[in-house]
Amino acid sequence: MSFTRSALFLALTALLAVLAAPALAQESPYIVTYDHYLEEPGSLEVEYFSTFGTQRGGGDFHAFWAEFEYGATAWWTTEVYVDGQTTFGDSTIFTGFRWENRIRLLQREHFINPVLYIEYEQTSGADKILKEVEGHDVEADYAVPNAVARREHDHELEAKLLLSRNFKGWNIAENTIATKNLTGGNPWEFGYAVGASRPLALKASAKRCNFCRENFIAGVEMYGGLGDRYNFGLHDTSHYVAPVAAWNMPSDWTLRLSPGFGLNDDSHRFLLRWGVSREFSGFGEMVGRLFGGRRQ
Amino acid sequence: MSKAGKNLTVGALVLTLALSVAAQKNFAFKNGSSVYAELAKAPRRAVVRRNPLESDPEAVAAGANLFEQHCAECHGEMAEGGRKAPSLRADPVQQASAGTLFWILTNGVVRRGMPVWSKLPEPQRWQLVSYIKALSPSSGAGLKPEK
Repeated sequence: MSFTRSALFLALTALLAVLAAPALAQESPYIVTYDHYLEEPGSLEVEYFSTFGTQRGGGDFHAFWAEFEYGATAWWTTEVYVDGQTTFGDSTIFTGFRWENRIRLLQREHFINPVLYIEYEQTSGADKILKEVEGHDVEADYAVPNAVARREHDHELEAKLLLSRNFKGWNIAENTIATKNLTGGNPWEFGYAVGASRPLALKASAKRCNFCRENFIAGVEMYGGLGDRYNFGLHDTSHYVAPVAAWNMPSDWTLRLSPGFGLNDDSHRFLLRWGVSREFSGFGEMVGRLFGGRRQ
Repeated sequence: MSKAGKNLTVGALVLTLALSVAAQKNFAFKNGSSVYAELAKAPRRAVVRRNPLESDPEAVAAGANLFEQHCAECHGEMAEGGRKAPSLRADPVQQASAGTLFWILTNGVVRRGMPVWSKLPEPQRWQLVSYIKALSPSSGAGLKPEK
């Protein structure tokens, strides 16, 4: 990321911090799996995530991304990602951006709650954030030197059906993934992610506190590829299981941590993910006023 | 990044911004009795549910904290109503059963901009109901959350 881009990012974050009111988030601990909850309308969540991964046959890597997640309405959340990575012994590079939209399909809560996820990705072959695993993604794909991998440009359309429900304090979520690389004649690729999580306490405390058990949510997620249209199944695919934990602090920050473990020889042996996020409510109104919205 | 890629990026961001701004116009809350109409849509089995934390001495204070964290932004700090959401001290809310309020919290009113709050565990939603039911109707003086 260039100095200009970094300065712009910092300036925007500072502006948000001043103009928008923070709001305590009740964020899920998942890093890969999505549940059916969307961003509150008018709120902007600014997130930074990081993945350290071990790599056989190449340098270990640290991939990172920033997310700007905005609740456009109570049924539509839109999000922009900016990705980058450092491969140890190689280089640090910007690897692309993603534009994601999640649309709630049913107005009310049901036994299972479906959300439609549509994402456009414009990334290079050097992207390593592993935000989802699909098709025949395997560890060896990530051993290519950055200078070579970045020459590949991918324009991908990704669709997911997110299914999720809450039951007795537990959240159970399942995501089915279908991806099409729009460059070249690549087939549709498929993947999955499943997760379960629960707060450590279900009742809230009468006083605000940092370390109350209800502020901590723990769980586990599992994700992997399911091959492609012509070769569907588990052959030549990678899979991971990862305990997840989130700490929702009353000071409006959320921390997430997730050590992930590869489940077969085609998977990275170890992925350590962590993230920090802060939600700003009132962002939409602020932007609306800037562009001529009504002041009441 | 290619020229086409840059154009697409700028186009996507402008489209998002435009749609987002357009969406904000729907946030402006219009007062009137119809804003409480959703209360009448609660099914019978939801309406008759009793608050299991009714006799919990800490439920109101915990609910006040939850309200401040999750609801005050739209409903106002004292639940008197805000730019985006109606007063919770109004008669239709205060006269609604605990089960009805719990049902509204769980399901939201998505078309009108209120998100579903089922991500809060059930006991926390009942704590919120306890707090809302403890508000004095339109008196202006409310229960302040403990800090």
